[in-house]
Amino acid sequence: MERVVDPLAAGARPRLVSSEAIAFAVMLGVLVIAPVVAYPVFLMKALCFALFACAFNLLIGYVGLLSFGHALFFGWAGYVGAHLAKVGKVSLPFWFGGWKWFVIPLPPLSPELAILGGALAAAVLGLIAGAVAIRRQGIYFAMITLALAQMMFFFAVQAPFTGGEDGIQAVPRGQLFGLLDLGNQMTIYYFVLAVFVACFLLIYRIIHSPFGEVLKAIRENEARAISLGYKTDRYKLVAFVLSATLAGVAGATKAIVFQLASLTDVHWTMSGEVVLMTLVGGLGTVFGPVAGAFVVVAMESYLAQWGQWITVIQGVIFVACVLLFRRGIVGEIANALRVRL
Amino acid sequence: MFSIFDIPSQALFGQLLIGLINGSFYALLSLGLAVIFGMLNIINFTHGAQYMMGAFVAYLLLQLAGLNYWAALVVTPIAVGVTGVVIERLFLQRLYQLDHLYGLLLTFGLALIIQGVFRNYYGSSGLPYQVPPLLQGGRNLGFMFLPNYRAWVIVFSAVVCLGTWFVIERTRLGAYLRAATENPTLVRAFGINVPRMITLTYGFGVGLAALAGVMAAPIYNVSPLMGQDIIIVVFAVVVIGGMGSIMGAIVTGFALGVIEGLTKVFFPEASNTVIFVIMAIVLLIRPAGLFGRSA
Repeated sequence: MERVVDPLAAGARPRLVSSEAIAFAVMLGVLVIAPVVAYPVFLMKALCFALFACAFNLLIGYVGLLSFGHALFFGWAGYVGAHLAKVGKVSLPFWFGGWKWFVIPLPPLSPELAILGGALAAAVLGLIAGAVAIRRQGIYFAMITLALAQMMFFFAVQAPFTGGEDGIQAVPRGQLFGLLDLGNQMTIYYFVLAVFVACFLLIYRIIHSPFGEVLKAIRENEARAISLGYKTDRYKLVAFVLSATLAGVAGATKAIVFQLASLTDVHWTMSGEVVLMTLVGGLGTVFGPVAGAFVVVAMESYLAQWGQWITVIQGVIFVACVLLFRRGIVGEIANALRVRL
Repeated sequence: MFSIFDIPSQALFGQLLIGLINGSFYALLSLGLAVIFGMLNIINFTHGAQYMMGAFVAYLLLQLAGLNYWAALVVTPIAVGVTGVVIERLFLQRLYQLDHLYGLLLTFGLALIIQGVFRNYYGSSGLPYQVPPLLQGGRNLGFMFLPNYRAWVIVFSAVVCLGTWFVIERTRLGAYLRAATENPTLVRAFGINVPRMITLTYGFGVGLAALAGVMAAPIYNVSPLMGQDIIIVVFAVVVIGGMGSIMGAIVTGFALGVIEGLTKVFFPEASNTVIFVIMAIVLLIRPAGLFGRSA
């Protein structure tokens, strides 16, 4: 894939404060003030998708794996989170001389635990799907993840607890840590912002850790990484599980915020949307997915009255990005300023 | 009337027939994908949309021009194939130097555009298309009732698949194609116009999808969304078969259709997902696919 050349390596002078730190401060500042001027529900939606896109970008941008099935983790974490917040009781089927149910009698959980539960479910799904998908590379990887996600979509249609076409509705937002009422629009906004920022920093930390360097080495030349003694399959699997888990946090948070988990979030169109967001913002840039998510979510809300034409517009953006604009918004800015973003 | 494993033979053979029908479409579509992938190294995400276009062109030819099914069977693949040639010349040609994933993303975008436009004009409910008079009715085989049209679809798609296999594996033109897949530069040095061959290959693959669409029109309704789910199943078929071999794509397509049909009889809840489960198992045992060469 075409990548932004590392400007430091290309001879730009090192700066006292990194461009990434400045950009992060600006982003945080804007997001803290934003609900005063913009509609908080819109912002929360964009933040959930921004986190989803960042998690997706961890795979495509830094390991070079295009997952076309990330809705699987986003949507299923939403279902599990919504179920834990609304019902709580978990029944798992197991085989012991006939199918039986293993029942964990949980009460309805507070939102932070529901989100953690959703993320855990996404991690388990990521481990299973990842173990299958990383056996092939490139285009095959994309097709396999898409097929696995489609399988779990059909499962979501049939499974009793997901509510089929209706989804899980009227999920309570609840009391954060049993103290803060998330029914308040501002409280829940800052909660979502905190979740987003924490995960964003975690992703940043992963990318810049020794582990992240190995991931980039795999992206650039997997054969060489193997010959250097790295078990690349394990690295890819860990990266996949991390990406799935973070996508799960995004999905479960969205379910709590919108009090709804539905088939839309597990459908392949959702997987396509997160690819679009990341592509628009800039593949392999730290801030690109955030910018892309805000642009796409804004576009969808402003063009809502156009109905089906949104799909066509999304398609046109896909084509335009691939043909003319492969660096994405943030990638182009970074390239023009010769900084890393 | 007899029964196997407590399943009445009518139900069993009925589902087997539906499985063979679905298998015909899987085979035609995965064959087209494999042919395109062989030359262009692109996974054609637009394939489902082009299958849908095939059905719509047949429908519109009948409604607007009064051309019947048999004419549509000839005209539609050519017409849709030409749109494929235009797409290759306008867009895909610019991507051959880039990572293959960009081809996937671009064709995905094109699929969204095509499906979106059709959905705007025709909604998402299906439009009926009559079975041609010659193939109406059916015959009683003793153990089951076989509608003529369905028998025709199975036979004709098998013929088209085998014909394609013959052209690629057994003729001089096919030899050029296979050579250009292996080493395009060398083949160009022999004075063969490889870029034109690539363009026509894409057009041919798209034409196959459109042909499948025409055949599907009388069975399923003509709907803008008819291609969007089948393409994901076909991707799984391609992963299971491996993209190395033309015959592999054909055999896997038919076989998986039959397996899906049988699952509907014995374990109906799993009929939507069985192909994906098989894909996961095949990947764990034989990552290159059943007929694939390991990369």
